[in-house]
Amino acid sequence: MTAVSSQLLDEFRAVLGERGLISSPAELRTYECDGLTNFRVAPIAVLLPTSTAEVQDVVRICHRERIPFVARGSGTGLSGGALPIAGGVVISLARMKRILDVDFANQRVVVEPGVINLEVTGRVAPNNYFYAPDPSSQSVCTIGGNVAENSGGAHCLKYGFTTTHVLAMEVVLPNGDVVNLGSNALDAPGYDLSGVFVGAEGTLGIATKVTLRIVKRPEQIQTLLAAFPTANEAGTAVSGIIAAGIVPAAIEMMDSLSIQAAEAAVHANYPMCGGLLLVELDGPTAEVEALMAQVNKICTDHGASEIRVAQSEGERMVVWKGRKAAFAAMGRISPNYIVQDGVIPRTALPEVLDEIERMSRETGLRVANVFHAGDGNLHPLVLYDRRIEGQEHAAEKFSEAILQLCIDKGGSITGEHGVGEEKKHMMPKMYAEPDLETMQRVRCAFDPLHLSNPTKVFPRPRLCGEAPGEYKPHPLEQAGIAERF
Amino acid sequence: MSEIVEPKTAREVADKLADANARGRLVSPRGGGSKLDWGNPPARTDVVVSTAALNRVVEHAWADMTVTVEAGCTVARLQETLAQHGQRLAIDVLWPERATIGGILATNDSGVLRLRFGSLRDLVIGMTVALPDGTLAMSGGKVVKNVAGYDLPKLMTGALGTLGVITQAVFRLHPIPHHTRTLTAQLPNAEAAQKLMIAIQDSQLAHSALQFRTDASSVDVLLEGTEAGIQAQQATLATMAAFTEGSATSWNARQELWPAETIAKISVLPSQIAETLQQLNPTRAVMQATGIGHVTLTGDPAAARHIVEVKGGSLVLLTPSSIDAWGNPGDALPVMRAVKQQFDPNAILNRGRYVGGL
Ligand SMILES: Cc1cc2nc3c(=O)[nH]c(=O)nc-3n(C[C@H](O)[C@H](O)[C@H](O)COP(=O)(O)OP(=O)(O)OC[C@H]3O[C@@H](n4cnc5c(N)ncnc54)[C@H](O)[C@@H]3O)c2cc1C
Ligand SMILES: Cc1cc2nc3c(=O)[nH]c(=O)nc-3n(C[C@H](O)[C@H](O)[C@H](O)COP(=O)(O)OP(=O)(O)OC[C@H]3O[C@@H](n4cnc5c(N)ncnc54)[C@H](O)[C@@H]3O)c2cc1C
Repeated sequence: MTAVSSQLLDEFRAVLGERGLISSPAELRTYECDGLTNFRVAPIAVLLPTSTAEVQDVVRICHRERIPFVARGSGTGLSGGALPIAGGVVISLARMKRILDVDFANQRVVVEPGVINLEVTGRVAPNNYFYAPDPSSQSVCTIGGNVAENSGGAHCLKYGFTTTHVLAMEVVLPNGDVVNLGSNALDAPGYDLSGVFVGAEGTLGIATKVTLRIVKRPEQIQTLLAAFPTANEAGTAVSGIIAAGIVPAAIEMMDSLSIQAAEAAVHANYPMCGGLLLVELDGPTAEVEALMAQVNKICTDHGASEIRVAQSEGERMVVWKGRKAAFAAMGRISPNYIVQDGVIPRTALPEVLDEIERMSRETGLRVANVFHAGDGNLHPLVLYDRRIEGQEHAAEKFSEAILQLCIDKGGSITGEHGVGEEKKHMMPKMYAEPDLETMQRVRCAFDPLHLSNPTKVFPRPRLCGEAPGEYKPHPLEQAGIAERF
Repeated sequence: MSEIVEPKTAREVADKLADANARGRLVSPRGGGSKLDWGNPPARTDVVVSTAALNRVVEHAWADMTVTVEAGCTVARLQETLAQHGQRLAIDVLWPERATIGGILATNDSGVLRLRFGSLRDLVIGMTVALPDGTLAMSGGKVVKNVAGYDLPKLMTGALGTLGVITQAVFRLHPIPHHTRTLTAQLPNAEAAQKLMIAIQDSQLAHSALQFRTDASSVDVLLEGTEAGIQAQQATLATMAAFTEGSATSWNARQELWPAETIAKISVLPSQIAETLQQLNPTRAVMQATGIGHVTLTGDPAAARHIVEVKGGSLVLLTPSSIDAWGNPGDALPVMRAVKQQFDPNAILNRGRYVGGL
C-alpha cells in the first residue's frame, strides 16, 4: 500500500470511524464482485457511511483526489454494476437502512437507500399496502440498487417498474453537492432528473434518500396455472389474453427444463409440460372473477391440457415460490449456468424460441427459458459444465448470440438486470454511436470528471466538454465546483 | 418575421437545427401551435421548426401493444388509429384535435387518467430527438421493458423543446375498456371532498379517475372494466357517499376553464388539497386526487404561488403573466443548466422560455 493511500484511509476513517472503513485485503474480498461472479476487482477500500453528510464528506474527498467510487447495496446485481474499479473505493449504503417516513394518506414512504425492498412492504402491510416492484431477489436487494438498476419483477406488467414508483430522491452528486431530484408533489417544474437517475446504474451519483409510492393491496388476487404442450402454444394463449383487452397483474412462462428445476428445488407441484403459463389477475373481486373466467376459456381454446386456479393464499405462494426460485434451482440440473435478460416484442416469441432451440442443438448446450411473457422479457439460462474444456466459452458465446437475436427482433439486451460491466460491449450493437454519445451528455452534466462508477454502461467514455458550439463555461465551472481538463 | 420551416424527415429537422445553430439563429419547435405562448415568452424566434409534415403513425404493433408515431401527428388522429384495434394511449390531453404528440410530450400534459395510468413519462418507451448540433439520436426502444442506457425519453418529456426537437416517439398502449361509468356525488365543501377522495384512494376500488370540481362542488369517479366489476364498485361507492350516475362530460372540466385571464396548474399533496383551495380561493378549480389541479385565479399570481410553494408544491402559469411562468426550480437547477449546456450549448432552442431562465 502506498503512502498516499494510507493517508487517504486515515482521512476516510476520520469521517466514518473505525467501523465505517474496510481496508484489509481479506475483508475486501467480499466486495470484489456482485452477483456476476466471474468479474472480480479489489477496491482500495470499502466505505460504510451512516448518513447523507458522511456520504457527502467521502465523495468530496474522492472528488478532490479524483478517485473513482462505486456505490453498493447488497451486491446482488447480475451485470457487474457494483463491481469495484481498480484504484477506486466502494461506498456501501448497507448501514443507511432506516425507513424515515410512512404517509398513508398520500401513499408515500421515504427510505434510506440501504433499506431492503421487502422491508418496505413489510412496514406498510398492516395497513394493506405494498411496494409493487418485486424483483425475485426482493428479500435481499436494496432500494438504492433497485433505483440504480430500475429493477422489475413479475408484477411490473401491471404496476410498472421501479421508475414508476420513485417520486423523489436526495442525491449526492459526484462533486459532493447534495441535490433533490423530483419532488414529493407530482410534476415539479424542470427537467425530469429523477427519471434519468433511475436506471443510470450508479453513474450519476449516489442516492441517499428515496421517496417511494406505495400501492393499496387489491381486494382479490387469483393465480391460474395452465399447462400447454409447447411453449409456442402457451405464447399464442398470451396473445389471446392481450387481444381480449385483459391486463393481468403478471403473466409468466416456464419451459419444461425450468419446470423440472423448480420442481426439484421447491416442489411447487407444477404440471409437467412444454410450456407452463402462470397468470395472475388482481382487483375488485367481481372484476377478477369475470376476467378469470375469460382467461380460463382463452387458455382452453388455445390447447391447454390442464388448468388450475390456486385455491388458497398458501397455494398461491407455493406457485410463486417455484417461479421465483427458478434461477437458483438451475443448480439442481446443471453444475453451471449463465442467466440472460433479453427483451423481445412479445409476438416474436415463437421465432425466437425456435432459433434458440436450433442454436442449442448446434452447440449441444441446453437452455432453460423463464419468461416474463406479458412484457417480452426473456431469461434464457444457458446450462454448461465448467469442468468440460471449452464449454464455458461456448456458453458465453451462445448467451451473447441470444442477445443479438433479441436486438435483431427489435428488442433490448436488458429488461431489468442492467448493462453494468457485462453487457457494455453489446451497447453499440443496440444503439448507434450518436445515440450513445447523446446519452453520455447526461453523464457529463452530472459527472464531468467521470468519478461515479465511470467504467460501466458505455463501452467508451465520452470526453466531457467537447460539446460543439462556442465555448461557454460549464455551469459547474462557473460555480467554481469543477474545472475543465 | 421569423422563418417557418416544415421538414419532411427527421434528418431534415436535425439539418435545419445544425444550420440555425451555426448561424446563431434562435429556434422554436412547433407542433399544432395550440400553445406556443405557454411558458415564458421566448427571447426571440428566428426560425420556427414545424413538425406538421412529420405526421405519420409509423407502426401500430397492436399485438405487442405499442405504437411508433411521428411527432407532428395529432393526438386525436393517433387515438383513432389505435381504436381500430381496441387500444388507446391512456392519456387525456387538452385539445386533442390540435395537440400533437411532440407538443404533449414537450409540455408533459396529462389529464384525469393520470391517476391510474401515470403520466406520459410512464407511457413513453422510446424516442428520436434532433439536437442543435445536427445529431439525430434514438433512445429507449420498441419494447415495454428496457433498461439499456439512460432513459432519455423521460428527460425530454416536459423539457418544453429546450433540449432537442422530438421527431418520433414510441408508446406503450392500453386496451379501451369494454364498459365505463361516471359517478358523481355532491359534497358540502373542499374539506369533505378531500376526505372522500382520500378514502376512495385508500379503498380497494380500481377506479381510473377521481376529481373534485369546485363549480359543481362534486366529486367524480370514473370506473372502467367489466359490467360486473363496475356494478360491484358502484355498490361500494354508494356506501361512501351519495353517488349517482354522472356525465362523462365532467371529465372535460379542465379544458372548460379556458378562456380566462389567469389559469394555473398546481400540484400539492393529496392531503393538502382542501387547505390549498381555501387559501388560494380560486374562481374555479378542478383538482385530481393525485394532487394535480387546474385553477382560474384573480389577484396576485405571485402570492398564489407562495401559498403553494411553502407547502412543497408548485404553481405553473398557463396564461401570459408578468411573473415567471414556472416558479422555484429547486436546488438541482445547476444540474439542469449543465444538462442544457450539454444538449444546447448556444441556447438556440426556446431560449428563455423554461424553468430558471433556460
Ligand atoms: C437470485 C437473483 C434474482 C434476481 N431477480 C431479479 C428480478 O427479478 N428482477 C430484477 O430486476 N433484478 C433481479 N436481480 C438482480 C438484482 O437483485 C437487482 O439488480 C437489484 O436491484 C440489485 O440491488 P442491490 O442492492 O443488490 O444492488 P447492488 O448489486 O449492490 O448494486 C447494483 C447497482 O446499483 C448501484 N447502486 C447501489 N446503491 C446505490 C445508491 N444508493 N445510489 C446509486 N447507485 C447505487 C451500484 O453501483 C450498482 O451499479 C436478481 C438477482 C439475483 C441474485
Ligand atoms: C400545463 C399545460 C398548460 C396548457 N395550457 C394551454 C393553453 O393555455 N391553451 C392551449 O391551447 N393549450 C394549452 N395546453 C395544451 C398543450 O399545449 C397542448 O395540449 C399540447 O401540449 C400542445 O401541442 P401542440 O402540438 O399544439 O404544441 P405547440 O403549442 O405547438 O407547442 C407546445 C410547446 O412544445 C414545444 N414543441 C412542440 N413540438 C415539439 C417537438 N416535436 N419537439 C420538441 N418540442 C416541441 C413547442 O416549442 C412549445 O414550447 C397546455 C398544456 C399543459 C400541459
